[in-house]
Amino acid sequence: MSATPAAAAELFRPALSRRRVAGHIFAGLCLAATLLSVVALATLLADIAAEGLSLVSWRFLTRFPSTLDPLKGGIKSALWGTIWVIGLTILFAVPLGMGAAIYLQEYARAGRIKHWIELNIANLAGVPAIVYGILGLALFVRWMHFDRSVLSAALTMSLLSLPVIIIATQQALAAVPNSVREAAYALGATRWQMVRSHVLPAALPGMMTGIILALSRAIGEAAPLVVLGAQTYIQFTPEGLFDMYTVLPIQVFDWADRPQKEFHQLAAAGIVVLLAVLFVMNSVCVGLRGWQQRKHLG
Amino acid sequence: MTSGRGYRRFREGGIQLLLMLCASISVLTTLGIVVVLVSESVPFFQHVSPLAFLTGTRWTPLLEPRSFGVLPLVWGTTVVAGGALLIAVPAGLATAIFTSEYAPLWVRQVLKPVLEVLAGIPSVVYGFFALHFITPHLLRPLVPQTEVFNAASAAIVLGIMILPTICSLCDDALRAVPRSLREAAYGMAATRLEVSTRIVLPAALSGVVAAVLLALARAVGETMAVTLAAGHTPKLALNPFTSIETMTAYMVRVCLGDAPAGTVEYQSIFAVALLLFALTFAINWIAQRTMFRFREVYE
Amino acid sequence: MSVVSTQPQSPGRFVPAPRITPANRTPPPPGAAPVLRTQRLTVAYRHKAAVREVTLDIPPRQVTAIIGPSGCGKSTLLRALNRMNDFIPHVHVDGSVYYRGRDIYAPGSDPVALRRRIGMVFQKPNPFPKSVYRNVAWGARINGYRGNFDELVERALRQAALWDEVKDALHRGALELSGGQQQRLCIARAIALQPEVLLMDEPCSALDPIATARIEDLIDGLKKEFTVVLVTHNMQQAARVSDRTAFLLMGQLIEVDETARIFTNPSDRRTQDYITGRFG
Repeated sequence: MSATPAAAAELFRPALSRRRVAGHIFAGLCLAATLLSVVALATLLADIAAEGLSLVSWRFLTRFPSTLDPLKGGIKSALWGTIWVIGLTILFAVPLGMGAAIYLQEYARAGRIKHWIELNIANLAGVPAIVYGILGLALFVRWMHFDRSVLSAALTMSLLSLPVIIIATQQALAAVPNSVREAAYALGATRWQMVRSHVLPAALPGMMTGIILALSRAIGEAAPLVVLGAQTYIQFTPEGLFDMYTVLPIQVFDWADRPQKEFHQLAAAGIVVLLAVLFVMNSVCVGLRGWQQRKHLG
Repeated sequence: MTSGRGYRRFREGGIQLLLMLCASISVLTTLGIVVVLVSESVPFFQHVSPLAFLTGTRWTPLLEPRSFGVLPLVWGTTVVAGGALLIAVPAGLATAIFTSEYAPLWVRQVLKPVLEVLAGIPSVVYGFFALHFITPHLLRPLVPQTEVFNAASAAIVLGIMILPTICSLCDDALRAVPRSLREAAYGMAATRLEVSTRIVLPAALSGVVAAVLLALARAVGETMAVTLAAGHTPKLALNPFTSIETMTAYMVRVCLGDAPAGTVEYQSIFAVALLLFALTFAINWIAQRTMFRFREVYE
Repeated sequence: MSVVSTQPQSPGRFVPAPRITPANRTPPPPGAAPVLRTQRLTVAYRHKAAVREVTLDIPPRQVTAIIGPSGCGKSTLLRALNRMNDFIPHVHVDGSVYYRGRDIYAPGSDPVALRRRIGMVFQKPNPFPKSVYRNVAWGARINGYRGNFDELVERALRQAALWDEVKDALHRGALELSGGQQQRLCIARAIALQPEVLLMDEPCSALDPIATARIEDLIDGLKKEFTVVLVTHNMQQAARVSDRTAFLLMGQLIEVDETARIFTNPSDRRTQDYITGRFG
C-alpha cells in the first residue's frame, strides 16, 4: 500500500498552530518562573536596604544594643560574638575537616568501611542545624559543663560545618590528577610527603572555597545557638573561652521578633551588616575559583 | 636525611592514625546525635506514652491541662514545607527547563550567581522578609484577615529558600538526558514543548524526584525563618493565613523560655527533635536512593 | 534482494559486490521531478564552512547515497535537508533547499511541519525509554493521527522487518532490544509518520555485520514507498543499496551519478581516488 503525501496528510491532523501557541505559552511561563527568582532576590534586597541601610554606620558597629533608646544602639556585642565563635570554629573545624578528607581520599582503602563513612558524612550534611544544637546542648553545655559559652558554641558549629568541609575538601583532592601523585611517588616520597607537598597545594583553592562556604553558612546559623543558650540581648563582648555571647543572626532575630517599628529598622541594619560580611566571603570564594582556574590552566 | 627508615615509618603511621581519628569524628557525631536524642527522650516517654505523643492532637505543654500530642506541630511543619514545595517545585522545575531546553547559554550564567545568593542568605533574613514585606505588602492586600504570623508567609519564603536547590538539581537531571533522545523527538516533528515535557522530563524524572525530596528535607528542618514568620500557635488549622507552630519553632520557643532542665516541657524538645531527625533522615535516605538509581541510568 | 559481499577486498582495487536486480523493482519514470533539491547550499559553523555551495537533486522513490571521507560534511548536508542543523548554535545557512518547490529556509517556513514529511534515522539507535509500541506510536500521536494505532504500529514494524521479533513483546521496553533491533525500531518509528523522504545518517555504523545486512535489505524494500537519502562511510554499502551516489569532499559536491557508473567509471579523478582507497 503506497501512501502518497496527500493520502498521508488526511490521516494526520498535526494541529500545528495550536501546538505552536501552546509552545509559546509554555515558554512564557518558564520565562516568568525564571524571572521570579530574580524578582524575589531584588525585592528582598530592596526591602532590607530601604529599611536598614540608613542606620548602618560606624556608631552602629561599635555600640551595644539599647532598650531605652533603641535607635541609638548598635551590634557591637553580636559582631564580636560572631567573630569569637567563628574564629574558634575555624580553629577546630578546618584541621579536623581537612584531616578527615585527606584520610578518606588519600589513605583509606576503597571498601565497605570507607563507603559507610562517606555515606554517613553525606547524611550528616542533611541533618537540620537545630539537631546539632541539641547535640551540643547535651554534650558540651551539660555533660562537659562548658555551659552557655563561646566554647560550646564553637564546638557545636564545628560539628555542623564538618560534613560540608569534608565533602568539599574531598572533591578538591579528587580533582587533583593522579599524575601528580605518581610523580611524587616516583621520586621516593612517602604518602604524607606526597600529600603535603604535592596534592594539598594543588587542591588548596578548591578546599578554601569549600571551607568558606561552610563558614558562610555557620555565620548565618542561629538555630543551634539558640538551643545552646546563646544570649539575645547583652551589653558585653566575650573575653574568654567560657564567656557568654550573642551572634549576629540571633541579635537580628531578637530585634525582628519585637513588635515595635524601631526594632525592625535595627533588624534590617543588622541584616545589612550580616549580608555585607557574607558578600565579602563570597567574593573571596569567587576570587579563589578564578585562582583555581588559572592554576589548572597554568 | 638523618631520620632512619624506622622513624619515618613511625611518623607515617602516626600521621595516618591522626587522620583516621579525624575521619572517625563524623562517625562519632552521628552516634552522638542518636545517643543523645534517644537517651534524653527516654525520661519524656516515661511521662508521656509514645502513642499519645504520636497520635495526640493537642499540644499544650505549658498550659493546664497539659497535652503532648505532637500532631499539631507535625501539621504545622507539613503545611509550611508542603506550601514551600508547592511554590518551589513548579517554579524551580520551569526555570530548569527554561535554562536547559530554551534559553541561550548566557541566561544560565547570569542565573547561577542569583541562585547562589538566594541560597546563601541566612534563614533569619528570610524570616524578617516574611514579617516585614510578605505579610503586610503581599498577603494582607489579597487576604485582609491574614494574621501577623501566618503559615502562608513562611511557606512563601521557605519556597524561595529551597528554589535554588530544586533548580540546580533539576537542571543537572535534565542535562543528564542524552542529546540523542531530543534529536530523535525533534526528528519526528515534535515541538520544543513536546520534547521537553514528553521526552526529556519523563526521562529525568527520578532525578527530579530526588531533587524535590532533598529540598523537602531541607524545608522540614528550617528553623529561624518559620519561627519568625509562622508564629507559635500549635493547632491543626486548614487556614494558611493564621499562625501555627512547626516542630522547629517549638524547640526555639522552649529554649528561649524559662523551662528548667529536667521538667517535662524541657524534655519535650528532645522528643520533638528525635521525631524531626527521624523524618529528615528518612526523606534524605529515600532521596539518596532515588538519586543513586538515576545516576546509574545516565552514567 | 541485494547480497552482502563476502569477498575479501584486495587493497587498492575495489570490486563491487555482485548484485541481482529484482524483477519487481520499477525505476521511477525518467525525468520525474526531484522531491528535494539543494541550490548552492552552504552550511557554516562559526564561519567554518562544512558544506560549500552544494547543488544536488534527490529523485523520488530512489535511494541516493552520499559518500565521502570522514569530516567531509555528509552529515551536515543530510541534516540540512530537514533543518536539524537549527539546533546547533552559531550555525549559518546560505543558499536554498527546495522541498516540493518551496524553500525550507525561507523565513516563515515551519520546520516542525517539514519534519513530518522528511523523517530521520540517526547513527546510533536512540529509542525512547518507553515500550516498543509507544516508541512507534509516539510520533503519530504527537502529530494527531486519527486512524487505528494498532494497525499503524504493526504496519510500521512490518515495513521495518521487526514485527515478527517483537509482536509478542510490544509492551516491553525498547531498551531491552539488541542494537540492530533498536535501529530497526527507530526506522519503524520514523516511517510510522508516513513521511515522503527518509534521511538515514550512517544507520549501520554502530551495528554488527549481520544487523547491517538486515537493514540494507530493509532499505531496499523501503524505496518502494519512500525516498531515501543515505549517508554512509561504507562504500560497499552505497554500491549495494543505492541507485544514485553523490561524492562529497571537504564540503563540496564532486560528482553525482548513477551508482553503477560512479563505482565503475567515475568522471572525476578525486572520486576515482576515493573509491580505489587512495585516501579516506
